[in-house]
Amino acid sequence: MKTNDLIIQTTTKVVFFIIFLFSIHIFFAGHYTPGGGFVGGLLMSSAIVLLLLAFDLKTVQDMLPLNYVMVTAIGLIIALATAAGSIFFNVPFFTHVYDYFNLPLLGKTSIHTAMFFDTGVYLVVVGVTMTIIQMIGGDE
Amino acid sequence: MINLLLFPVLIPFLFAAILLFFPKRIKAQRIVTIVGLLAALVSAFTLLFKVKTDGVQTLTLGSWAPPFGITMVSDMFSALLVTSSLIITLFVVWYSFTYIDEAREKSFYYPAILFMLTGVNGAFTTGDIFNLFVFFEVLLMASYVLIVLGGEKTQLKESIKYIIVNIVSSSLFVIAVGYLYSVVGTLNMADISVKLAEHGGVGIVTVIAVLFLIVFGIKGGIFPLYFWLPGSYAAPPVPVLALFGALLTKVGVYAIMRTYTLFFTTDVGFTHELLMILSIITIIVGCIGALAYFDLKQIIIYNIVIAVGVILFGASIMNENGMIGSVFYLIHDILIKGALFLLIGIVIKITGTSNLRKMGGLMKKYPLLAWSYLIAAFGLAGIPPLSGFIGKMLIVQGGFEGELLWQSIFILLSSLIVLLSAIRIFIYAFWGEPKGESSYLDATSYKRLLVPTIALVAVTVFYGVGAEFLVPLMTDASNVLLDPSLYVDAVFEGVK
Repeated sequence: MKTNDLIIQTTTKVVFFIIFLFSIHIFFAGHYTPGGGFVGGLLMSSAIVLLLLAFDLKTVQDMLPLNYVMVTAIGLIIALATAAGSIFFNVPFFTHVYDYFNLPLLGKTSIHTAMFFDTGVYLVVVGVTMTIIQMIGGDE
Repeated sequence: MINLLLFPVLIPFLFAAILLFFPKRIKAQRIVTIVGLLAALVSAFTLLFKVKTDGVQTLTLGSWAPPFGITMVSDMFSALLVTSSLIITLFVVWYSFTYIDEAREKSFYYPAILFMLTGVNGAFTTGDIFNLFVFFEVLLMASYVLIVLGGEKTQLKESIKYIIVNIVSSSLFVIAVGYLYSVVGTLNMADISVKLAEHGGVGIVTVIAVLFLIVFGIKGGIFPLYFWLPGSYAAPPVPVLALFGALLTKVGVYAIMRTYTLFFTTDVGFTHELLMILSIITIIVGCIGALAYFDLKQIIIYNIVIAVGVILFGASIMNENGMIGSVFYLIHDILIKGALFLLIGIVIKITGTSNLRKMGGLMKKYPLLAWSYLIAAFGLAGIPPLSGFIGKMLIVQGGFEGELLWQSIFILLSSLIVLLSAIRIFIYAFWGEPKGESSYLDATSYKRLLVPTIALVAVTVFYGVGAEFLVPLMTDASNVLLDPSLYVDAVFEGVK
């Protein structure tokens, strides 16, 4: 008998975006309030896990055609590059800088290089979590 | 270039991350790995030169003032260890091109080696006790991958044991750091040294010292905490075993030497005597193991245990000769253990077994291999012009100066047993009549394996013959170990 997953699949389509936006919010809020790259990344992977629960592995891979090992590697390189940028200015490794920029729509915004480091962390967390889950879940 | 001392840590990390992008393209993997290792080696030599001319190099990450940021410190001791770990990895990777099968090479073998090297070099360079823990985990995680990669039955069995032992010791490490933090309120190693000296010899400090000895003793394989080592190290393929044998236990030894010379100097009567007793028993246990087995891998693995005991005995004496000898012997042991494992790796490939009773007469067909093995075995035992001599001589001299007559005689006797165990391999494997008609190794792979091996044996020979040139470096290294104020002043330069 084929089970009918209509309710969970419809709900997932809505809830996925709420979780995804919450993960982005948590990520950007990390500097002043609890949050940051690690929790943001975990929330993002939990959103993808919800997709995996509602649909099957193949469908999700078609929806998000990502190689999560690459995601991890890109995250590592972004984190390293942000920290290593200081090498070119001959200041100690990991020295961060920030400044204020006038962005369209957002107005006066402070941008801190620690955010780019957190982007790296975010990608590594998503990549590692999803690699583990796909490896265990898949039967290749 | 104030960031120079980070390069031996960062370059392997960068190249490991790059290697994750194309795991299936073996040629590209090999080339990128070698390029990365050569670049890191160049930076390590530059660093060595810089430390020699300008003294201890320090850098506090993120431009924070020293006790508050993570400080990285490169004194002569750590610069020498970083350089030798890069040299050994370069030869092992070169050897792996022929030795490791393609399936393993396609499954992130080279990235795992480079991540492990990041951890090892980071652990040698860091000046922050919690950062030391983090680098320990980096190298351990990568070593878990290397020990299980391939998925043979023994590998799976032994990796479970290895991982459980290391998780227990890592949690003990966190607990020990927690105790230390609650006593001194700082994690910066130089600051801990100052605070503990002010604090004086209180009971809890001695307890923490013993706890650290247990933690690093599990990593370094001292008696009675070495029980996991012989089984776990025998499981992975020989190049991985060579890396583990040459580097991983030495990181534990380095951490013991660092903490016992920098932090715990207030109650030397108890802590260092305990260290000395344990190191002597470690030597005895290692000698028993080295004689007991008829298995190539086990004999050399038990020789690691002996060497750990000898190095720690030299460090526990706390006088100049003992300390220089210990530094000399530590570097010697990294190089010679690497060389020996690579040599027995070829023997295992040729005969298809690691059982000594099943082999014989390799001398006739493989004379070059036989003579290089003999040189390496003499180097291991410490025959005068070769690499093991000067370190052990200085340790014994230090022992006599410290009025440790019996213990020093023990060290001398252990050399005889080391020689006996290594020569037994020579007699059984290389002498006598050939056993087993066919060789499992074709001529070109044999040559390809032999070149890096002989090159590494040549490096150990130069290390022994050129000891005269190395003495100033070793003296610098032991000066920092014996006088913590050099280390502390370098870290707090311009702050106090």
